[in-house]
Amino acid sequence: MMRGKFVIAGVGHTAFGTLPGRSTVSLNVEACRRALEDAGIEKRAVDGVFVKTPTSAREILYGQTLSEALGLQPRIGIALDQGGAANMSGIAFACLAIEAGMCEVALVCYADNPRSGSRATYARPRGDDAAFGWFSTAAGYAMIHRRHVAEHGTPEAAFGAVAVAARRHGAANPNAQLRKPLTLDGYLAAAPLVAPLRRDDCALISDGAAALVVMSARRAREIGVKAAVPILGMGQAHTSWEVTQRPCLTSTRAKDAARDAFAMAGLGPADIQVAQIYDCFTITVLMTLEDYGFCPPGQAEGFVREGRIVHGGDLPLNTAGGLLSETGMPGLQLVIEAVRQVRGTATLQVPGVRHALVSNQGGTMHTHATLILGG
Amino acid sequence: MTLPTPEVTPLNEAYWAGLAAGELRFQHCPHCGHRWLPARRECPACLREGAAWEKAAGTGQVISWVVYHTAYHDAFRDRLPYNVAIVELDEGPRLITNILAPHESIAAGMRVRLELQSDFGVNLPRFAPVGAA
Ligand SMILES: [Zn+2]
Repeated sequence: MMRGKFVIAGVGHTAFGTLPGRSTVSLNVEACRRALEDAGIEKRAVDGVFVKTPTSAREILYGQTLSEALGLQPRIGIALDQGGAANMSGIAFACLAIEAGMCEVALVCYADNPRSGSRATYARPRGDDAAFGWFSTAAGYAMIHRRHVAEHGTPEAAFGAVAVAARRHGAANPNAQLRKPLTLDGYLAAAPLVAPLRRDDCALISDGAAALVVMSARRAREIGVKAAVPILGMGQAHTSWEVTQRPCLTSTRAKDAARDAFAMAGLGPADIQVAQIYDCFTITVLMTLEDYGFCPPGQAEGFVREGRIVHGGDLPLNTAGGLLSETGMPGLQLVIEAVRQVRGTATLQVPGVRHALVSNQGGTMHTHATLILGG
Repeated sequence: MTLPTPEVTPLNEAYWAGLAAGELRFQHCPHCGHRWLPARRECPACLREGAAWEKAAGTGQVISWVVYHTAYHDAFRDRLPYNVAIVELDEGPRLITNILAPHESIAAGMRVRLELQSDFGVNLPRFAPVGAA
């Protein structure tokens, strides 16, 4: 069994927002340095590097470029290309490599700088279909959002409730990129971008980096890591089909990623006290709540409008602000917030956290990964 | 400002030639019967080659749609707001298209039929509500 066998021994991140003049490699190095400091271990202990490729600027041999900058010659290393699920996939692959005896201490990290660099990837033409005006990442999520409304009658206020909660949590986070609170009226008043998406349905665009140190629980005990957080469950599953071709738009393989993670942890949705759910767009949160079994299909709208997802509710979500408020980076910051919640050091700490769940996804809901942390 | 032009390749030229000739075509696998768009060399169901092109009846339904209020390409700036939709053909394949109807009237499941329109010199498969003039 993998449950509890591996830990997140340290976490680190850069400032979030606009960080001009910094390469993604430099940002990654800063986050890794902070993660190693947090774990209280020396760099030379690291023998695995698992990095998600930057979204906005592809580079070949990125893992090697980063390892060189880290002054490391790892036994095992990979640059992962799965969009926003890659960070948590990286954690899983690191655990598997440790289990197989192929490394002992792994850095899992991600950096990007689309805010001060290029945002072109988010506005990209979607193949030959650009002839119809089919452009941008946002439009793919808008298609899914619209279909969810069509199938379930999901009200605008449900999407608004997700945005309002994220911004409320972000306002309390001194590191958040967007700390201005949002009201439901303010949400509804914003002009549509790609209808049905409004401005506040969409993640921030952010520069920054985040990193984790992963090792076995045994190793962490032996070297006296102070605040190691056990990994209880992990799952991945991939929808793969482009939005256009996907037979069902309103449920994804996130369902299977969650099922596997819950099975590994021996837990269910009712055992989770706090969740960090990838909120690149508000629709993603609603569908994840449904696919993960926190509520039945089509019923996330009531769940989020009842105030259950805000701090003080029975399933606080994205307690540092998520992609909508803390930073638009693809997901590793959500793992870091889950680590803080389990350690009891979060700014908006949820009392009595035994199990924290993280959901990451990438592309246009193409890739999915689930992580459950706890004591 | 010129619109983005589809890239015609040996793989998809039968698709664009069909549209130029006034018909919408999809691929059909002679081995397993699977039907799909866009063009592929191998059948994604049975992985074999040798797909045939077949003429679509041109009828289908709207799966989902969005309305752009911002232009990601200058060529679409003076078309705002414009819609982009996913249509499922009655034969099964799905494609990206535009619906020739007021945005407020578009609905999931709405029956539509093919209406070829020449844009930047290429016939594009767009769809109008069934029963529309
Ligand atoms: Zn076949």
